[in-house]
Amino acid sequence: MAAHTSQSVAKAAGDDVEKDVAARGRSRRTDSGNRGGLRRALATHWYAWAMIAPVVLVLGVIIGWPLIRGVYLSLTDANERNVSRTIGARHIEATYEFVGLDNYAAVLGDPVFLQRLVWTVVWTVACVSITFTLGLVLANMLNRNFRGRAAYRMALILPWAVPGFVSVFAWRFLFNRDNGILNKILDGGGIAAVPWLDDPTWAKFSVVAVTVWLGVPFMMVALLGGLQSIPGELYEAAEMDGASPWQRFRHITLPGLRAVSMTVILLSTIWTFNMFPVIFLLTRGGPGDSTEILVTQAFREAFVASPRDFAGSATWGVLILALLMIFALVYRRSLRKQGEVW
Amino acid sequence: MRRGIAATALVAALALAATACGGDTKDDSGETKTGGELSGTVTWWDTSNDAEKASFQKIAEAFTAKHPKVTVKYVNVPYGDAQNKVKNAFSSGSDAPDVIRADVGWVADFASLGYLDEVPAETAKKVDAEFLPQAAASGKYEGKTYAVPQVIDTLGLFYNKKMLADAGVQPPKTLEELKTAAAAIKAKSGKAGLYLRGDDSYWFLPLIYGEGGDLVDAKNKTVTVDNAAGVKAFQTARDLVTSGAAVTNATDGWTNMQTAFKSGEAAMMINGPWAVADTYAGDQFKDKANLGVAAVPAGSVKAGAPQGGHDLGVYAGSKNRDAAHAFVEYMTSQEVQVQSAKELSLLPTRTAAYEQPDVKSSEMVQFFKPAVDKAVERAWIPENGSLFEPLKVEYTKAITGASSPEDAAKAAGAEFRKILKGWK
Repeated sequence: MAAHTSQSVAKAAGDDVEKDVAARGRSRRTDSGNRGGLRRALATHWYAWAMIAPVVLVLGVIIGWPLIRGVYLSLTDANERNVSRTIGARHIEATYEFVGLDNYAAVLGDPVFLQRLVWTVVWTVACVSITFTLGLVLANMLNRNFRGRAAYRMALILPWAVPGFVSVFAWRFLFNRDNGILNKILDGGGIAAVPWLDDPTWAKFSVVAVTVWLGVPFMMVALLGGLQSIPGELYEAAEMDGASPWQRFRHITLPGLRAVSMTVILLSTIWTFNMFPVIFLLTRGGPGDSTEILVTQAFREAFVASPRDFAGSATWGVLILALLMIFALVYRRSLRKQGEVW
Repeated sequence: MRRGIAATALVAALALAATACGGDTKDDSGETKTGGELSGTVTWWDTSNDAEKASFQKIAEAFTAKHPKVTVKYVNVPYGDAQNKVKNAFSSGSDAPDVIRADVGWVADFASLGYLDEVPAETAKKVDAEFLPQAAASGKYEGKTYAVPQVIDTLGLFYNKKMLADAGVQPPKTLEELKTAAAAIKAKSGKAGLYLRGDDSYWFLPLIYGEGGDLVDAKNKTVTVDNAAGVKAFQTARDLVTSGAAVTNATDGWTNMQTAFKSGEAAMMINGPWAVADTYAGDQFKDKANLGVAAVPAGSVKAGAPQGGHDLGVYAGSKNRDAAHAFVEYMTSQEVQVQSAKELSLLPTRTAAYEQPDVKSSEMVQFFKPAVDKAVERAWIPENGSLFEPLKVEYTKAITGASSPEDAAKAAGAEFRKILKGWK
């Protein structure tokens, strides 16, 4: 249940960015129109405006306000000792102050930021590319007619159905060096125990493996949908022309999947970039701090040290959001160059 | 965005807590005493471990026998997540517990944030007069008493008597002796000498005390973890692992340590009285007499173990403070302390409890009492609890060889200074 929520939080964060991007695009368009145009649009489409008003309001309250508040906090020295809080009947007023860009200077000036950023990018690229490749292979395999297809699909979709934190805990048991099943199996084969979560390199491998395991079903289903929308005639025609299977894959399947794959890659990149639960629950960023990504570091800033540094954490949050927005913009621009309509 | 992250984090933290305890923490009754009689609900967040919790739940719920109109709602919160969970609950005020069992290192932190209700003057006097002075000190912040000590503890060296006897070695008194003993054990049985917990920096404290160092010097507001003794301690930890004297893990250390020791995969471990009940459940200790406890092995300077324990505090925003304070008094009463000493081998905090036959006859108490008397008192500063996380990162790095002892000490010192603003 909780992981579902966390998944949807990740999703919401993803949507959030997308909406941001979309909103920017839209506003750019309205900006180019003059004021009279806006009034006319209001007059003719008042009904549509009235209909979307509740949504805009809700989004404003649950996304806009916290976002603005987060940006504001990142410009202050707010921490657990100086924010306002209510303890029973007693109310303590906030005493934090505006400090400008000090927090940003501190975070960006700390070598830790760069270390985390590099690993976050490596981890995102690794997870997304492996997940996508595996998803594509599995989708192609499942797109054929064979006995027990439904059963295979069920089995492959299962990781998606299990709450994320349950899977992560299960993996944690499997990975346990001394008592885990994986090492017991290896031991049976005469291979020495692998320090899955105890060695920085193996720990990185492990978190990537679990994320891939969790992400493949979504990829697979999305791509399967894409595959099924490619008309069969194309394949028949290509076959008649004597195209090899590889040529068919390369020239029909891949271009046919483009719209779907571009979307899922963008989504999956944003999710993976912010994949808090896997890292937090599997390794807590360890051993040491070797698997710590930007979001888990932001958590550490806010919730581990005492007093909790809300301003510092907000700064990390804003920086993460900025990075994702830049990525989404660049990505969209490159797609547009390739003729995709977005 | 901060909220977004906080929400994700919160969800993850709650998920952890929910899976582990599955407890419903809602407290919807806020009655106070009527006509001198206590009534209402007291929600208690207990952090005791799996082996201890059943006993504590029973003891807590027996409070109703004394105050029939008070309902005790027992919630077990896993120790590892408790500090955060308690802070989340206290700062939001909703669903906050009335009474918490706080690690001695957290009391100053919670008190400094205004979360804890001061102990009634009468009780505070009793704490000063009837409790072990070092235990009483842990419940104070700036001269006022905010929590009543429930149990006190320290670390000791647990050993498997049979395994040591088979290898023909005595319980080691120093780390040098420990290395020799570990080699003999390995030669004899192929098992590890010591399990050294590598994922929790509390277990690093005996090593740093052993070299004559400490994390901080609160009197002079100085960070001392990165001085020569500190570096030596990181070096010692690394040596224990590389020399093969100790095995360790960077994750799931508690479970792996208990499993290794209980099943005889490791002949020794460093642990505290809270582990005794669980250890007795292991195959190797069906005969309780097989479990021996000695002082932690000395480093090159001395043998030193940290003073730990747990205090009970009342939430300042509790709607039911009278009942909550009465509950704390009950939970720290002599009778209850004697019972938990007998059932769980936990050490009482009341001086007089040690005169009780049930306590006197407990071998573990007999061992740990003098150890506690000599234990190194930590700096009771609000930041005490938050020093362990950055220290853990560096300790794990040093012990797994990801960074050198010098770098680990230096990095830990730098992190400490970030937390302790203005300290040298």
